[in-house]
Amino acid sequence: MRKIVLFTLLAVLSLSGFAQAETLSILTWKGYAPQALVDKFEKETGIKVEVTYSNNEEMIAKLRATRGAGFDLAQPSQDRISSVQEKYGIYQALDYSKIEAALFIPSMLKAVQTNTLVKGQSFAVPFCWGTSGLIVNSAKAAGADSWKVLLDEKYKGRISYRLKRPTLIAMGFALGYDPFALYSDEKAYQAMLDKISETLIAAKPLVKNYWANGDALLESMRSEEVYVAMAWDNGGWKLHENNSSIDFVAPKEGALGWIDTFAIPSKAKNLDAAYKWINFMLKPENAGYFTTMEKTATASQGANAFVDQQVRSNFERSFPPAAIDNIKWYPPVPAQLEGMEGKILDKVKAAQ
Amino acid sequence: MAVPRSSKMVFWMFLAPVLCWLLLLIVLPHIDLLVMSFSGENDLGKSTWTLQNYRNFFTEPIYWNTFLRTAVFSIITTLITFLLAMPVAFYIVKVVRPRLQGAMLMMLLLPFWVSELVRVYGWMILLRESGVINHFLVKFGLLERPIEMLYNDATMIMGLVYTSMLFMVVPLISAMESLDDSLVEAAYDLGSSKTVIWWKIILPHCKPGITSGSIVVFMLVLGNYLTPNLMGGKNSLWFTEQIYNQFIASFNWNQGAAFGFLLLLLSSLIIWIGLKLSRQKLGEVAS
Repeated sequence: MRKIVLFTLLAVLSLSGFAQAETLSILTWKGYAPQALVDKFEKETGIKVEVTYSNNEEMIAKLRATRGAGFDLAQPSQDRISSVQEKYGIYQALDYSKIEAALFIPSMLKAVQTNTLVKGQSFAVPFCWGTSGLIVNSAKAAGADSWKVLLDEKYKGRISYRLKRPTLIAMGFALGYDPFALYSDEKAYQAMLDKISETLIAAKPLVKNYWANGDALLESMRSEEVYVAMAWDNGGWKLHENNSSIDFVAPKEGALGWIDTFAIPSKAKNLDAAYKWINFMLKPENAGYFTTMEKTATASQGANAFVDQQVRSNFERSFPPAAIDNIKWYPPVPAQLEGMEGKILDKVKAAQ
Repeated sequence: MAVPRSSKMVFWMFLAPVLCWLLLLIVLPHIDLLVMSFSGENDLGKSTWTLQNYRNFFTEPIYWNTFLRTAVFSIITTLITFLLAMPVAFYIVKVVRPRLQGAMLMMLLLPFWVSELVRVYGWMILLRESGVINHFLVKFGLLERPIEMLYNDATMIMGLVYTSMLFMVVPLISAMESLDDSLVEAAYDLGSSKTVIWWKIILPHCKPGITSGSIVVFMLVLGNYLTPNLMGGKNSLWFTEQIYNQFIASFNWNQGAAFGFLLLLLSSLIIWIGLKLSRQKLGEVAS
């Protein structure tokens, strides 16, 4: 009898032990938590990692629905934090003393801190960065080097882009506006959006499809159904490995530069684990592994030594020094603009 | 006969989980959404009561045009599904040997064991420009070069019909099973043509099945998100996508909630009109 009691007690204890096994749930983009690194982290810390894939818009909606609960860590883009935070309060201010600042490229850490400043507190640290530009199949569309190729009659039915806000911004630049300068002027911004929607609707017959899924786009570029597309740089570089005529091209109007961050939702449960993961991911060897796998550069200081040579050459090929200087970095988006943009996007999609 | 007290209690005990389910998971969230759909922000950014979200739907042509398009396409899809499902159901119930009936139903069911996403991707692999069908058409010289079969209305409707076939076939089968063969035989004896038999005997008998199948298919298609989005491509803004966009892309939950309720109301209205036109009552159909 006593044995049974003891056994049950033990069983209960061990079970509750399992239940308490620490977990860290991360809301992130596809590819941002490579399995090898997740395994390594679990081995080092004993913390189980749960990953949910998402994108900027869904991340905000998800956290807003739970008022910042359900996840311990999120990875929104730096320009989508401050206005969202002001309005919905879904993140908590970061405790920068828990972050090993030496791991970060100082200028980038500083920039993100400044851009996510709300009421004197900052809400994010940088993780990785990249650009949106053109992926071009130079065998079929030689010399394409401007956003304008997305509107070019020559490539009818061979063009693809997303129907999301980056496309609107790119079209703004293509039409000679400076959308970022107009952020503060709602009227002028609306006028620009109207012009853009007119252009995009007129260009609708030229587009093959509005891509929604990165892998699907890469597939249609690989099978040469699409010659020019607006997409992220790492996608172009992935394709370049198999087909050297496909590559990422920074358009002459300037590639659009984004920085994805780490931010902690306001009702995160496992703060310690979240900070551990941030510091873990920014360690040069881990960040280097991530860059080699995903072809996306990180904000980690010294990760370059751990990056595959071929991946580094990608960057040098697509970004001569002038193109780097020409990168247009997204400034924080004022909240009301996203509603205006949403309507324009609907209008374009609904147009026949 | 009076129901003994204890059995009444048992009745409520069994009903309680259902009621809780309905209340917590369906009624309460809907009330929340309803409240949301009537609130908005005034110029100062404060939350107030307003009808603006509903007014937007009627004053902004993009919105009601999208709804109209969605509704019309849903009706077309329902019709096509019915036309395809009717012979299939008839074949399964009346023509095929009883032993094979189960196998045939199984074959209808099988595709539904994988998720809709997988099925739609399957179609996309077949139909895309570098896809299987184009490959064979070019190989056999029927086409000079591959054409894009995806991203148009016809493909989208085909996809929708495919995903909703089952929901039409099953009610039709159950309605048709009760049809006495001797009625059809008698009609033959009296010299009526096949058209007359279909028109005067089979269709009227299956009416409840047709109606309930149509309602299910119509609602499923109207509320579909995946198929129009993936197969319809650039020209197919479905109303559900508009709701999604309001919630996710524009952060305008109030507008999204209003659209959700308008979808509910307008689709109920369409079904009500459909029932009136076919002179049926919802109660009869459901039984």
